[in-house]
Amino acid sequence: MAEPLFSVRGLKVALPDMTRKPLIGRAPLAEILKGLDFDLPKGSVTGIVGESGSGKSTLGRALVRLLEPSAGKVIFDGRDITHLAEAELRPLRRNLQMIFQDPMSSLNPRRTIASIIAAPLKQNGLGDNLKARVAEALQRVGLPQGFASRYRHELSGGQRQRVGIARALALSPKFVLADEIVSGLDVSTQAQILTLLEKLAAEMGLTVAFISHDLSVIRRLCRQVIVMREGAIVEASATDTLFEKPQQAYTRDLLAAIPLPEIDDAWLLPAAKAPA
Amino acid sequence: MDEARISRHGSRARLWLAGGWLLIALLAAIFAPLVAPQDPLAQDLMLERLPPFWLDGAEPGYWLGTDSLGRDLLSRLIFGARIAFIVAFAAALAACLVGSTLGLIAGYFGGWADRIISRIVDVWMAFPPVLFAILLVAVLGTGLSSVIIAIAVIDWTRFCRVIRAETMGQSRMDYVENARIAGYGRIGIMLREVLPNVVPSIVALLSLEMGIAVIVEAILSFVNLSISTDDPTWGGIIAEGRLSIHQAWWVLVFPLVTLILTVLSFSQFGEGLRARFDPVLR
Amino acid sequence: MNALAKPCLDIRSLSAVLPNGLRVLRSVSLAVEPGEVRALVGESGAGKTMIGKAVLGVLPSSVRIVEGDMLLEGEDLGKLQAKARRTLIGARTALIPQDPLTALNPSRRIGPQMTDRLVRILGWSGEKADARIRQLLDEVQIREPERVLKCYPHELSGGMRQRVLIAAAFAAEPRLIVADEPTTALDVTVQKQILRLIAQLQREHGTAILFVTHDLGVVAKISQKVSVLYAGKVVEEAETAALFAAPQHPYTRALMAATPRYTDPFASLKPVDEAVLAGLASEIAAADQAWRRPHG
Ligand SMILES: Nc1ncnc2c1ncn2[C@@H]1O[C@H](COP(=O)(O)OP(=O)(O)OP(=O)(O)O)[C@@H](O)[C@H]1O
Ligand SMILES: Nc1ncnc2c1ncn2[C@@H]1O[C@H](COP(=O)(O)OP(=O)(O)OP(=O)(O)O)[C@@H](O)[C@H]1O
Ligand SMILES: [Mg+2]
Ligand SMILES: [Mg+2]
Repeated sequence: MAEPLFSVRGLKVALPDMTRKPLIGRAPLAEILKGLDFDLPKGSVTGIVGESGSGKSTLGRALVRLLEPSAGKVIFDGRDITHLAEAELRPLRRNLQMIFQDPMSSLNPRRTIASIIAAPLKQNGLGDNLKARVAEALQRVGLPQGFASRYRHELSGGQRQRVGIARALALSPKFVLADEIVSGLDVSTQAQILTLLEKLAAEMGLTVAFISHDLSVIRRLCRQVIVMREGAIVEASATDTLFEKPQQAYTRDLLAAIPLPEIDDAWLLPAAKAPA
Repeated sequence: MDEARISRHGSRARLWLAGGWLLIALLAAIFAPLVAPQDPLAQDLMLERLPPFWLDGAEPGYWLGTDSLGRDLLSRLIFGARIAFIVAFAAALAACLVGSTLGLIAGYFGGWADRIISRIVDVWMAFPPVLFAILLVAVLGTGLSSVIIAIAVIDWTRFCRVIRAETMGQSRMDYVENARIAGYGRIGIMLREVLPNVVPSIVALLSLEMGIAVIVEAILSFVNLSISTDDPTWGGIIAEGRLSIHQAWWVLVFPLVTLILTVLSFSQFGEGLRARFDPVLR
Repeated sequence: MNALAKPCLDIRSLSAVLPNGLRVLRSVSLAVEPGEVRALVGESGAGKTMIGKAVLGVLPSSVRIVEGDMLLEGEDLGKLQAKARRTLIGARTALIPQDPLTALNPSRRIGPQMTDRLVRILGWSGEKADARIRQLLDEVQIREPERVLKCYPHELSGGMRQRVLIAAAFAAEPRLIVADEPTTALDVTVQKQILRLIAQLQREHGTAILFVTHDLGVVAKISQKVSVLYAGKVVEEAETAALFAAPQHPYTRALMAATPRYTDPFASLKPVDEAVLAGLASEIAAADQAWRRPHG
């Protein structure tokens, strides 16, 4: 296999816990990520699943260096970015993209969609042909051109989500972290976005970390999966292995809780303690 | 079912009414020597306490009547508007500039900057404002510029507190991080992403502050601490009108009405502007 | 459940237009009985959120209702005075919004934000509200309720915010809950627990729920009836069991076929057929023509 784009060793992230802040002095740190090790191969799509609140988004923020890890190492494309200062990160930003989980709050309420998509292009020296680039970005995610002049509150949830996707992909980055990007889309649009990601991964070597709660989508899209719980990795393996021979009890619980699109009246009943 | 539309019509009417009054008052102030029917300082004991035009005994050319020294009330109000507007604009802008800048910095950067600025604001606000103003003018001496300075020095905290809170809320939204991902620096994000989202609050506060400045100026002239007693000011006219309320009620009522209309118009104009031009509310 | 009972929510032929004259809702009719979960599925941008907002009286000012009635427990919302309508809606309904972070005030802690509504609108005492919120946070499987109550919204994970809003909506035991994609940020185990909670609420209090979702798996498990929306028009409406047994409309069939199953990932997730889309486009155009005639 090719050399990894990301290589993460012993990654820990601690954030100040303001709820335990004493009256005077600093808030104590709460450890959110408790030492993660994994690699993301170039051009691969890696699924990240796990309990709500287990630290997936925090991991994403640490990978694209919105957060500074408190311990461990993050190597991106052969370069140690663990503690790089903001100014040193700036030239790398173009290749470290993130699509946020909350599409509404990740768009500036007082900027038009066109200006939101254009901003990173301008900032990263892709300011020529801006109009055409914005148009292409919108078209790729299946949004009509007329949306360019709209504001975020004039869009539906799924349309906002696609603006976020368009904005990140317009930069043709090497890496994109996709945080729960298809859960607000109908299956037909989901298919379109997933096909786009697959195509970019295959043709342009885009590496994707794909956080999702939808295990069916994960199985379709990802080659390997990381399962997280309480800030640690409980299981990491190739997708098929994970779905066919889950090693951990938590992974098996997850698989058992997937609602299949079939009528099943017993599904909602409180689990009868299954005989072992 | 159409509340939203009614309120939209309401806000448009508000914008036009308030803006119309402010425009008339502003034009009158700028072209005071041309539009004032009389010399505001000319005393004529033959003409003392003339009533307004619709009452018996009114003289043509003295539309709102005269005061106890025979000076034309309308002309005095028009010249008084000059000072009112100069104070409103200069003092409110100065307070806004200082307060909003500090508020933006405290709210966006947090940490030490925030702690220091917030502490200063707390201490500042512990002084009772009117007393503070009188004290300041007493120290600086009376005059137009000391009135302006006094108002700005006292009221910047209003901007600072509101803008700080607003900025802090906005800074927690993901679009701020999204701008970092796009490669913007801290100052760039503050000015490009956060500022446009607090501008509506700044505009609303600014228009409110202009109204407040007009009132404070009137209060200061009322207690004779504003500018030289010769120049007509609304507060000064009110103070004189109070003395002759029983013989000439109009000398008190007209300046009061003018003052109230102007103050109200400022705040309504700000609200109306917001409703009209803010893309999020439109 | 009595067949003669009034529906909890009754929307009759509701149409809404944008300033440019485009219809976003095309004569939508939809009823939710007490104790029923009505799923609302459809294309992204079809107008599902609009329907919820119209019911709750919070449509954006640029969107105008041009036709139709909405009845909440038999009371015609259009005939009420603005204030009476707001009070009625406030007391009987709750919304679980699609975008959790922007629905919460960024500069206030979670605790007071949640109890405020109960104290202000429903007149509960502070302690009662507090106890209820704690109980519900526990039921939506928030691990450390104490900490969460003291957090600011941005200090919570996406799924925690969503659960906070679910708990807030359930707290007042409203008659109707509009749940706009309430489980998108939840892992499947927590989602299952939430769905159970909804089923329980429905059983014990007869709460009616309008449940917007893209996940047909969830639809199959939780709802009794389904409305399928496309471009603001209800293209199919059926009992859930019937819909899954034999979907009638080509669009519904396409959605079903495209729904991914982890057991068989590669057979699914394809865009809806061009032919189906063309059929839909002409169906919408025909509906608009028929509508325009009497409405000029
Ligand atoms: N800024 C912050 N300050 C303090 N704690 C935080 C902050 N952001 C997140 N946390 C905490 O970190 C933990 C993990 O959050 P994170 O957002 O990474 O979860 P997640 O795995 O993305 O969950 P979800 O699937 O619900 O989005 C949570 O307990 C959350 O409360
Ligand atoms: N304020 C507005 N002005 C103009 N158009 C709007 C406005 N708000 C929404 N729209 C449009 O109305 C349509 C319906 O939006 P709505 O939010 O109801 O969709 P939705 O069915 O909830 O979709 P999703 O599943 O993506 O959330 C969308 O096409 C959207 O672009
Ligand atoms: Mg998350
Ligand atoms: Mg929606």
